Amino acid sequence: MRFSEWLHEHGQAKKSRDYNFAFINEAAKREIRRKILKAVAIPGYQVPFASPELPIARGWGTGGLQITLSLIGPEDILKVIDQGCDGSVNAVNIKKFVGQVTGVSTTTDTRRATIIQTRHRIPEEAMTRDQILVLQVPFPEALRTVEPSEAETRRMHGEADYSQMWLYLYEDIVKFGEISIGARYPVTVNGRYIMDPSPIPRWDLPRLHLAETLFLFGAGREKRIYAIPPHTRVEPLEFEDVPFRVENFRGKACRRCGSRTTFLDEIIDEASGNRTYLCSDTSHCDKLLAQQDEQGDCACK
Amino acid sequence: MMPQWKPVLIIKDLTKIYGGGCPRCLEVTGPDFETNICRHCGAVVACGQVSFELYPGEVLGIVGESGSGKSTVVRLLYFDYEATSGELYFRDGPSGSPSQVQLPQADANLLTLNSFQKRQLRHVCLGMVYQNPHLGLRMAVSSGGNIAERLIMAGYRHLGRMRDRSAQLLAKTEIPVERLDEPPRNFSGGMRQRVQIAKALSNNPVILFLDEVTTGLDLSVQARVLDLIRQLQSEFHLAVIVVSHDLGVIRLLTSRTMVMKCGRVVESGLTDQILEDPQHPYTQLLVSSQL
Repeated sequence: MRFSEWLHEHGQAKKSRDYNFAFINEAAKREIRRKILKAVAIPGYQVPFASPELPIARGWGTGGLQITLSLIGPEDILKVIDQGCDGSVNAVNIKKFVGQVTGVSTTTDTRRATIIQTRHRIPEEAMTRDQILVLQVPFPEALRTVEPSEAETRRMHGEADYSQMWLYLYEDIVKFGEISIGARYPVTVNGRYIMDPSPIPRWDLPRLHLAETLFLFGAGREKRIYAIPPHTRVEPLEFEDVPFRVENFRGKACRRCGSRTTFLDEIIDEASGNRTYLCSDTSHCDKLLAQQDEQGDCACK
Repeated sequence: MMPQWKPVLIIKDLTKIYGGGCPRCLEVTGPDFETNICRHCGAVVACGQVSFELYPGEVLGIVGESGSGKSTVVRLLYFDYEATSGELYFRDGPSGSPSQVQLPQADANLLTLNSFQKRQLRHVCLGMVYQNPHLGLRMAVSSGGNIAERLIMAGYRHLGRMRDRSAQLLAKTEIPVERLDEPPRNFSGGMRQRVQIAKALSNNPVILFLDEVTTGLDLSVQARVLDLIRQLQSEFHLAVIVVSHDLGVIRLLTSRTMVMKCGRVVESGLTDQILEDPQHPYTQLLVSSQL
């Protein structure tokens, strides 16, 4: 009996549908799950995987989508965000697609979701051990900025030869007075591998350190999966006398909810040239606003 | 009573063969055959069965014509290339670097270490100055950064301390400290060599390799670089291996010399003896052909 026939009899494949549950066939899901297991076993190590075709173009979140599709079950609740926003094109379309092929319910509430797929942000609210955060990764190789050759970067990871990355930071400080990396700030995972945390802002990096949640990183175009298991040390690269700093929003607050403790997007009114700030995490902003409405006071008034 | 001198480096039968190689490669090459190409298999014996010992604080010269394998020897010892066969023993610890690098035991043949261990050993105990500064320096990175790279490899993570040490080393090699943040591609040939020397000395190496350091520099710059090397050598009590085809350099710097031809050592001894009373016909030719 062929594998596909066996699956047809024993698996979740249903005759009534043209495609499998969660679109990807079971063999491809198994491949992805195996590679996720390997990635979890070696925190920060990039595991190559067989990346199947999807009905969206590579580079549009296919890595994260494949992880989500291979992990999701009928009872899961999905949240998808794009740079903190639940309503932007990329997030909405991925949510719609996964909803269509699985029938799972979706939410914008970070606390309710069991799987959160995200692009370039980590939600502001603390997450629990029952949740999985799936990050979409455009460039999985943190060392690519200093070394163009894949063979060479693999050797460097293998031998933990990270002096070139450190040299890059040294040169940055010499040229600009501080480390000028905004997003994609390299981190050391579990004291071993240097990892690209995907283009999340520096603000989000402390959230990866000794977290309760499982973080999975998928790069569909580059065909790499890596992971940060719960309770793993994640340390941004820093010199002893030049410590790592997150973005500084001192004296700025969200125009909508008045929050001073969240990551803010700068919005420039082109007509007047005024700068205002808005929470990057929209669902968190909504929550804060609702709380204030209940209490009857609003910081913005 | 004479002190007991123990060699810092012991090399036995160091061999590097390019190409497949066959059992007769070493028998049919060398100065007796005037070739280092094996006539049976066509392999090139870049250096064959080179054995010597290097003592602490000693300056050893290697001379020979181009293609005689002298650079191959030092680059094998610096782990740039992988040796085909041979044994290499090293007897000294690192001096004063803050790294937690674990050195292999003294009785381990260093040529059998894995590439990770070799690299660690190189970063803690060895220094190299190449003839071509492009090999030893990153031209797009500042001079201070070039030196800091080696300090990072040796375990430094304090930016201020790294910059202090880089500035101090550049001052030692007579480069103005205000050019610390300028990349070496802006520098003249002699200055590049001096940055390379500063980089090689940054981790307090036990052994320094100089591969044709002064070739291609004009005479006055040559003299300054050689002066500097002599001065630093006596200051840090380094063991140095100098590769050159310039007998003047050898005479000035070294106390002991090996003469190589076709990948083999044909004669070795005190530099004065070799230059004043050469025994091997090739050495005689070399000495008499001096301009």
